[in-house]
Amino acid sequence: MLTVEGLDVWFGYPPDRVDAVQDASFTVAQGESFGLVGESGSGKSTILRAIAGLIDTWSGRIVVDDQQVEGRRRDRAFHKTVQMVFQDPYASLHPRHSVDRVLSETLKLQGMDDIDRRVQRLLDDVGLGRGFRFRYPHQLSGGQRQRVAIARALAAEPRLLLLDEPTSALDVSVQAEILNLMTDLRAEHGLTYVMVSHDLAVVGHMCDRLAVMQGGRIVEVMKVEDLRQGAASEAYTKSLIEASAGYVRA
Amino acid sequence: MSETLLSVRDLRVAFPTRQGVFEAVRGVSFDLGRERLGVVGESGSGKSMTGRAILGLVRPPGKVTADRLTLDGQSILNLPERKMRAIRGSHISMVMQDPKFSLNPVVKIGDQIMEAYRLHAGRGSGNARDKALEMLAAVQIRDPERVMDAYPHEVSGGMGQRIMIAMMLAPDPEILIADEPTSALDVSVRTEVLNIMDRLVRDRGMGLIFISHDLNLVAQFCDRVLIMYAGRIVETIEAKNLHNARHPYTQGLLNSLPRLDQPVKHLPVLERQDSWRDAPLIDESMETELPGGL
Repeated sequence: MLTVEGLDVWFGYPPDRVDAVQDASFTVAQGESFGLVGESGSGKSTILRAIAGLIDTWSGRIVVDDQQVEGRRRDRAFHKTVQMVFQDPYASLHPRHSVDRVLSETLKLQGMDDIDRRVQRLLDDVGLGRGFRFRYPHQLSGGQRQRVAIARALAAEPRLLLLDEPTSALDVSVQAEILNLMTDLRAEHGLTYVMVSHDLAVVGHMCDRLAVMQGGRIVEVMKVEDLRQGAASEAYTKSLIEASAGYVRA
Repeated sequence: MSETLLSVRDLRVAFPTRQGVFEAVRGVSFDLGRERLGVVGESGSGKSMTGRAILGLVRPPGKVTADRLTLDGQSILNLPERKMRAIRGSHISMVMQDPKFSLNPVVKIGDQIMEAYRLHAGRGSGNARDKALEMLAAVQIRDPERVMDAYPHEVSGGMGQRIMIAMMLAPDPEILIADEPTSALDVSVRTEVLNIMDRLVRDRGMGLIFISHDLNLVAQFCDRVLIMYAGRIVETIEAKNLHNARHPYTQGLLNSLPRLDQPVKHLPVLERQDSWRDAPLIDESMETELPGGL
């Protein structure tokens, strides 16, 4: 479904050039859920943004659904296959567009017909009732906004969802609801996920395999079973697992 | 519990709205000694507002009332702004959630820390620079000289948060209110920041109010935990017993966390009940023979 090979991403020009991602390679199979974990600045979100076509300063090979992509150009078919959900549900919805407008505009852009019925279907899919259709973002809670953002991503009927810290701005109780929703949607629609998170427990819950990143490089690709058993081969992964287990008084 | 630094009884914060008066905090009571006191709850439960009310940071039309709000026996409830300013920083300090909004974007970081120190400690400026460098080093900033001359937008979020902590600790406060101080930080940096605060409680006898939504962290880091729901404390418990909490809300929050050691297909979802809004407080000490503390 997705192949990334020798991906380098950089920002700025020498002497201020920052190499955000260096030589990253991984593959994600159809129907798989793949996690990218690491500290802030490790380049995990940058990889997602390069795949989605939000960054043009990259080199290497990105192949989505047997189609190689170049620079920032993405064709219509790409956006029908790949959609992204962002971290901050407060920033990713237009404050003056109602839920109905957000979803129907996306559907129109995707060239869909029967928009009225589809908007209703999308809202049902993400567990928002009829009452939410004509609300504005400020009338929604954080969890409800993230549901709208997920509905918008689903509007194109994609097969690959890029999830950039989809629950880190939410309370744990709401996080549980959204993670359950994403588990169900993946099963119903046969979706493939690439999920970025700094929370190992969330990735452990959602993903089958994960890549651990540090300083722009992938230091280890491992199975979630190995993560659960703490069977990491790299020292950095071990320290990350230990640190995320919680605070031990010095 | 050690001597009481801060005593709060029936604290209320109310905001008039078009739909009537909204009470963000509805009768919160606790005592803070020289300890790490955790306050947990979801967003909107009133935990941050409690911290702001103690520091007199609730702006009109918001109204703060309490039967008692005392610092070292002196009432600090609704003091005039001039008197409150003498307390803020030097006696009670607060680390806010988001360093991006708490640092002045057009003043160099070093100047901000030195200003905080000079205002509260009233000492010479040569000393202030040394103290600022020392505090930056204490919060594990690798290159304090460079950071002193940087502007807030030139540092990362984690660094900004550590700078905020350095700034708040420079005047040596008795009480530190930390509002989600580590939620923007990576796990490795988080441990460092917690160690700094832990040392201050242990060595200097500072009282720490640690506001957080991270239950596991609070259970491991704090001594005692208050659990807030809809503006009230629903349960107080020793941090080490948090995982045996009895209130269904606390249990629900704990269960909704994904765990690496216990994989499940679906996470249990919290079912809220209206009765929690006004149900009486569950407190361990009420059932012991010698009720101590609150």
